[in-house]
Order: sequence, then C-alpha cells, then structure tokens
Amino acid sequence: MKIPLSYNIRNLWARRLTTSLTVSGIALVVFVFAAVLMLAQGIQDTMVATGSNDNVIILRKGTSGEMMSAVSRDQIGIISSFAEVAQMNDGKPFASSDVVTIINLRKKKTNDMGNIIVRGVTPSSFALRPQVKITEGRWFQQGSAEIVIGNKIHDQFENVDIGQQIRIGTKLWTVVGVYDAGKTGFASELWADADNIMLEFNRSTTFSSYTFKLKDVQDYEVIKTKLETEQRLQDLDVKREQDFYLEQSKGMATFIKALGLVITIIFSFGAMIGAMITMYAAVANRTVEIGTLRALGFQRNSILTAFLLEALALSMIGGILGLILASFMQFVSFSTTNFGTFSELAFGFSLSIRIVISTLFFSLMMGVIGGFLPAVRASRMNIINALRAS
Amino acid sequence: MSTLVEVKSVTKVYKRDTLEIPVLQNISLDVPEGEFLALMGPSGSGKTTLLNLISGIDQPTSGSILVAGTDIAKLNESALAKWRSRNIGFVFQFYNLLPVLTAYENVELPLLLTNLSKKEKKERVEAVLSVVGLADRMDHSPRQLSGGQQQRVAIARAVVTDPTLLIGDEPTGDLDRKSAEEILTLLGRLNSEFKKTIIMVTHDPHAAGSAHKIQHLDKGELTSQ
Amino acid sequence: MNVLKLVYKNLLRHKLRSLLTILGIAVAVLAFGLLRTVVTAWSYGVEASSADRLITRHAVSFIFPLPYSYKSQIEAVPGVTTVSYANWFQGIYKDQSFENFFPRIAVDPETIFKVYSEYSVPDDQLAAFKKQRNACIVGRKLAEQHGFKIGDIINVRGDIYPGDWEFVVAGIYVGNDKSADETQMFFQWDYLNERSRQVAAWATDHVGWYIIRIANMNDAPAVSEAIDAIYLNSAAKTKTETEKAFQQSFVSLSGAIITSLELVSYVIIGIILMVLANTIIMSARERIREYAVLKTLGFTSFHVVGLIAGESLFISMLGGTAGILLAFPVCEGFGAQFPTMFPVFKMAGSTIAMAAAFSILVGVIAAVFPAYRSAKMQIVDGLRQIG
Repeated sequence: MKIPLSYNIRNLWARRLTTSLTVSGIALVVFVFAAVLMLAQGIQDTMVATGSNDNVIILRKGTSGEMMSAVSRDQIGIISSFAEVAQMNDGKPFASSDVVTIINLRKKKTNDMGNIIVRGVTPSSFALRPQVKITEGRWFQQGSAEIVIGNKIHDQFENVDIGQQIRIGTKLWTVVGVYDAGKTGFASELWADADNIMLEFNRSTTFSSYTFKLKDVQDYEVIKTKLETEQRLQDLDVKREQDFYLEQSKGMATFIKALGLVITIIFSFGAMIGAMITMYAAVANRTVEIGTLRALGFQRNSILTAFLLEALALSMIGGILGLILASFMQFVSFSTTNFGTFSELAFGFSLSIRIVISTLFFSLMMGVIGGFLPAVRASRMNIINALRAS
Repeated sequence: MSTLVEVKSVTKVYKRDTLEIPVLQNISLDVPEGEFLALMGPSGSGKTTLLNLISGIDQPTSGSILVAGTDIAKLNESALAKWRSRNIGFVFQFYNLLPVLTAYENVELPLLLTNLSKKEKKERVEAVLSVVGLADRMDHSPRQLSGGQQQRVAIARAVVTDPTLLIGDEPTGDLDRKSAEEILTLLGRLNSEFKKTIIMVTHDPHAAGSAHKIQHLDKGELTSQ
Repeated sequence: MNVLKLVYKNLLRHKLRSLLTILGIAVAVLAFGLLRTVVTAWSYGVEASSADRLITRHAVSFIFPLPYSYKSQIEAVPGVTTVSYANWFQGIYKDQSFENFFPRIAVDPETIFKVYSEYSVPDDQLAAFKKQRNACIVGRKLAEQHGFKIGDIINVRGDIYPGDWEFVVAGIYVGNDKSADETQMFFQWDYLNERSRQVAAWATDHVGWYIIRIANMNDAPAVSEAIDAIYLNSAAKTKTETEKAFQQSFVSLSGAIITSLELVSYVIIGIILMVLANTIIMSARERIREYAVLKTLGFTSFHVVGLIAGESLFISMLGGTAGILLAFPVCEGFGAQFPTMFPVFKMAGSTIAMAAAFSILVGVIAAVFPAYRSAKMQIVDGLRQIG
C-alpha cells in the first residue's frame, strides 16, 4: 500500500519556511552547477560556430595561433590553384587571406585594458563567413583607413562608436560600422582592409592565415596530403577550421569546467547536509504521525518511500528553481582573455538539453543522498514508541 | 489580613483576526494575604485567563490589577518581566521543565535573574529541593523523573525566589491520584508553614477541596457560591 | 550555571543536527577559503614584484617583440642602473598538460641575476651557465617536481620558435624569500637568437621585454616616461611601467574569471546562511514553549534573543573555525597539484579574517528572524503551543 504523494506535498507546505530555506540552498547550488556547465558549453559553441567543418585553415608550422603565423602571397597562390578549393561564381577561389594583429582598448566597466584582435580581410572573406552581417553603418572602403567592429567589442569597450577613431599602428582609423557575427569569435574582433593593415605593419607579402572552402567536405584528407607534400609549402600546417578554433579554446574550457566542478562538488555537500537536516527534523516532528501510519497498516517500505519522495520533491523543486535562475544567464555575455590567443573573447552561457538533464539528475541525487538516512530512520521506528512520543 | 491581590472590573477580549471573543467580563476579586484560593469552572470559562492576568503574563483589555499595591496592568513588558521574577512563582499543568537541565539546574534557573552569590544560590536551591523532598534527585534530568516528581521540581522552581504569590494552573491535572495528593499536600504545607499566598486553577473538586476558598467562574463571570 | 550553559546544553539536544550544521558550515567555509586563495594566488605575482624594477614592452602587447638595439639607448637614460632582457620561449615539454607547463624564458646570463636579486645561484653554477651555449638554470621547486639535476638534459619542442631544443641543466636557483617564484627555467638569449635566424626570422635580434633596475624607486614614473619618449615616433612604441603594474595587467586579462570566482565565493556565504538559518529556525520553533516558560519566570525577550543568537553564533563559529583549520591542509594539497600554475598557494591572513567575519555575520543574520519571532511572541500563545 502506498502513501499518496499529496501527503508529502502537504507536509512540505505545512513547514513552508524550512522547506523554502532548504529549497533555496539547493537552488543556489544547482544554479552554480548549471552556470558552470553552460559557460563551458558557451565557449565550445562559440568556437564551433566560428569555424566551419568544410573550411580549411593554413598557418605557419608550429604556431598555435594566427598572431605568430605567416603565409606568403606566393604560397597562397599555389594553394588556391588546387582543384579541391571551391570557387565562387566569378571563378575566384572561395577563400580568405587574413592578416591578424592585436591592439589595446579600454573596457567600459572595469577600465582594464583588453587585447583585441584586428583582422585585415579581403573581399572574399564576407562570402566565406556569411554569419558576419553589418547591423549599423557600413563596411569599410578598400584602401581607406576605415574599420568595422564586432558587436561584442562595441558592447564592452569604450570609444568604439561609429565616427570615433582608433589608433592602430601609426595611423588613426575611423569606425564606420558595427557588425553582428552571431555566436562566433569574430564578434570579438575588429575588421579592416587586409592590404591597408599589411601596409601599416610593413608585411606587404605575408598574410597571417589563409582559409578556403572545400569543394567537397570529403576532400579534406586528399588536399591535406597534397599540400603537405608540396615542396614550396613545407613550412605550413593544414587544419580543419573548426578543429583549429576548438584547439584555441580548449585550455580555457577545460579550466572552467575543472574549477567549476570542484566548486560544485563542495557546494553540493553543503546542500545535501541542508536537505538531511530538514528531513531529520521532519521525521522527528512527525514521530507520532509515523506511528499512526504504521498502526493503520502502512508498511515500513511505504514509510521509507514516502520520506524519500518528500526529499526528492524538495530537491526537484530546488533543481527546477536553480535551472530557471541559470537560464537567465543566457542573456549575460562573458568576456575574458583567451590565453590560447592572448586576446579578448566574448561568449555566452548556453543551455542545452544535456545540461538540463544532468542538472536535474544532479539535484535529484542530492535529494536521494540527503533524504536516505532520515527516511531509513523513519521506517525503522517502533510503532509503540512512536505513538507514545509527544 | 491585608488584601494582596485586587482585581478591579477587569475585562479581557481576545481578537482573532476580525473576530472579538470576550473571555472575562467586568470581574472584580480580592485575595487576602496568606489565602489559598481555588478557581474552578468548566473549560472556556476564563479561569486560566484570569490566572494569567494576575500573574502578569497577559494583560487585561480594561480594568486594573493590583498586586501588593502595584498596578501590573500599567507596567510595560520589561518592567513586567522584572516584576514576575520577584513576585510570581508559576506552576504549570505540564511541569514545563527544561529537558536539557537537571532538576537542580531547573530550580536554579530563576535565580539567574538575581544578584545572589553562588553560595547563596546553592543554599536556596538545596533548601527548596529538600522541602519538596527531592534533595536526593537533584542531578537527575526531567526525563528520569516521574510526573509527580517533575511537578515537585516545578514547585521548587516556583518558590525558590521566595515570591509574593504562588500561581498554579491545573497543577494536578496531568497526575495520577497518588501524585496529585502529594502535590496538594505540598501546596498546603507551603501555604500553612511558609505563609505563601496561593491561587490555583483546577477543575478537579477534590483538588479544590484542599484550598481555603473556592471561586467559580462561568462564561467569563464570577459566580459566588 | 549561567545562560551560556543553557546555550551549550541546547546545542547538545539535537546532536546530529548540530553536528550536520557545523559540518555544512565547515565545508562551505573551506570552499570559501580555497576559492579566495585561488584568487589571491592568481595575483600573487603582483605582490611578489619589486617596485624598483621597470618592465619595458611593446606598447600594444608583449607578444610583439622590441628591437635589441633599444638596450643601449635605455641604458643611457639617467637613473637606470642595469638593463636586462628576456624572451618568452613557451614550447612544449613532454605534453600540453598542466603538470608539464612551466615558464621557459630566454635571458641575458650576465645581467639576469643582477636585476632579479631575490634569486640566488651558487657562483660555480652561474659560471657554468654563462659558459655553455645551451645551458639553463631551473628553479628549486621546478627541479624537485620533475627531478631535474645538474647535467640533465631537458628536451623541449618549440612552437613560437619551431624545432627541437635541448637544454642542459647548469644550475638551480633558490628564492631568498618565500614569495619568490621557484618554478621557472632560464636559458641563454644568445642561443635562442642564433637559432631563430633560421626558424623565426621575424624574432631575430628582438627581445620580448626589457627588465630595468633603477637607482631610486621614487624615480620610476620619470624614468618610465623618459624611456617611452624615445620611441614615441618609432614603429615599435614601448610601454614602460613598474613590474607591479606589469604583473597587474596580466592579472586583469583574466578579470572576468576572477570576478566570477569572487562572486561564487559570496554565493557560498548565501548557502551557509540557508543551512544555518534552517537549523536555528527549526530549533527555535521547537522550543517556543520553553521560551514562554522562561518569560513566565521573569526572563525578558532580551534573554530569549540571547539564547537563540548565542546558539546560532556558537554553531557558526564552531563551523567557521573547523572550516578555516581544514582549509590549511586542503590549500596545501591543492597548491601541490598545480605547482607551476600557482607558484605560491597559501591562504592569506585577509582570507582567514574574512572567513571568520562572515561566520560571525551569518551567525547573527540566521538568528534575526527566529529571535524576532520569539521576542514578539505572547507568553500565553507560547504556552499553548504543543512542543
């Protein structure tokens, strides 16, 4: 015979204050747990979105980022002549030669300096990266000292509004537009004309990287082998664009996940103790009630189940509250230095079904562990003694 | 004998949300010094309320209560607390001993509010515990004592400060006949030997029988008998 | 007996509950201490840096090198006593795991230990370091961690400077005080420069940053300005600042992470509060009748508040003390896991003070509501309560 669930719910309601304190404690823990997972997921999402699976990036061998890389114009010419490189309608290669440098800008809130990537791009870059769309102002004109800025930089840094000027190298560049790059890392960059940037930094023949689209995704291994065996490209590395960006953020994602998990494990211990205290008190206060239920013919197992269910309800409510709280974090943008590139990277907290499930599972586990011992105590009570207690 | 307690036209109305429940209506009562008075009446008659008003743990809606010349209806909360600690010894139906303290410590409790020295406290506690016949049980915790013994500890706690007035709210209500008898004998001794003025609420005619005087309350009014 | 004894006895009434609460608080305070220590360890470099050293780097970022030719020009600036220089080599030792990460820096053997006077190297080892082209000197902690001994060869795969690099341990440096970083590896800048001609031409004859010792630390702002003024109109502008400010700019790079760690440490306080408030509210509710009895005996609301607050404070302080004591070994163990990431991982005095202060504060706050309720309670209502 089972004790109806409404019995548990009413008991939780009857002890509203204690219940709400315990639930709040669990909710806080769940919130931190979910937020950490969401942050790690957010970095990954950003990086996956930045790179595309059918794009290939060419960098100088041994460099971990674009900053230290060098790919010459001649080498780019050789690469673009391979048949596996996709072509645009006008017959030009579906590719972008980028030159990358960094500058300092001041953050709005903290007044700290942040390192921002400046990417010099060629006209075909826009076709290759359709996620990037101008939302305010216009694109820069080729050959002029004009610059457009990513929306995340626009949100978080000072003096980057349209019409304002930014010093890059020896020249002042005028901001003429703001672009939206969705979730990608490009949103944390400034874009300008590649030739102009190269001129400024005296690197007229070398780009930082060369990215091209594959005619067919299956061709990756083929072109990789071809490029690696070509005599004049011996100092270059070939990578899938997505892998490249994932590598760049791996360190940070691992760090956030590891630190976050250590914190939540310690936290959950506290929340479990909270649940245990509440459930022990619930058992102690309802000794007579338990005796009565047993006298009415309910089995020990029913009592055990009833109290466990109560603990589960407690942790479930806390878990759902924590999740709701955490889901608001999706509106928050997190910006920090990615030590993989030594430059600013903005990313969001992203909630996935996987995170929802693991968070709810996590909170239920707290309920089970916190509620088990008290439930056992309740079920082991001697009827006579329980009834006599007052 | 001079009058110790003067209750003058006291009315008590309880407010529960918007509902007003009159409990006592225009009650007047004099208790002379050295009296042993039993208040009787059916449940809901207001006898416990009257007792609470006299002992200063509740305040009347109107009227005045003079105890040894002090109008306690006019005292504020902290003055009233101080007054209680000096003038009132209270014995409850369910003894209300602190379960974490020993019999000795329970009796000592009200003395914490006095300036007595450690030695004086010890003498007083031991003295009253021997009056109630529990000198050999002073290190026991309430749980190790029977109901009658617990009530004797409670009485010791009530008289240890040598109060002006001893108040009992159904002091025998939760006891078996034999223990009740012991408690009543003890109260009688306190009244005759130690000249304590006692007001006791009870619904047990036998218990009321040990008092010198019985007052009946019904529906919030005194009925003389 | 006094009122304190009653507090103590009440605490023992629900031993399990009190114990669990103390345990919960201890764990949370422990987590608080650990998190705070991570935050302080992060910015430890700022504390350890000297105020009479200046760092000159590329104005935009230290990842851009400066010409070697700046050295003699900086030396000529009045107030400058010694100029040393270094390059961040990076590279990969064994693999990219945390355990195998340690700073690998190309330095000028003649001047490096003059500007870094907090490191000591035996004279014969320093001489050996200067003599051999591919020699290196490692910190004591680093040597202990990886078992490096003099004469050992350390193989590093270059990334910024491609190729396979072999370094011979010529000496081990020791810090003169506890805050010195003993986890770095130094090798000859000349060796790096020579090989970079083939593998990293862009970096040849360039240095990552200059380390400058000045005669009088009060001159730091003037000397910094004088140096930067020289290169105001050159392609590679410089930024000169005290070592402290330089370290600070590193720390602020990860400002958002530090801020969120700090935020989380305050969430912990919230969780402690929930656990403790729960216990105190439950206890106070169960004892409402006892409080009414105490009031009948003449105890005032003040006494009752004292009883509740006393119990709350007692629990929170016990838990806080246990947590702080536990945090010492845990911090030590945690720091030992990441010896190169956190060269110094020690709980700061301010962390201990904060943990203690928060324990007390939480003890007070947790008691506010139940104490208020018990103080306001009418005796008559309290007595009616079935315990």
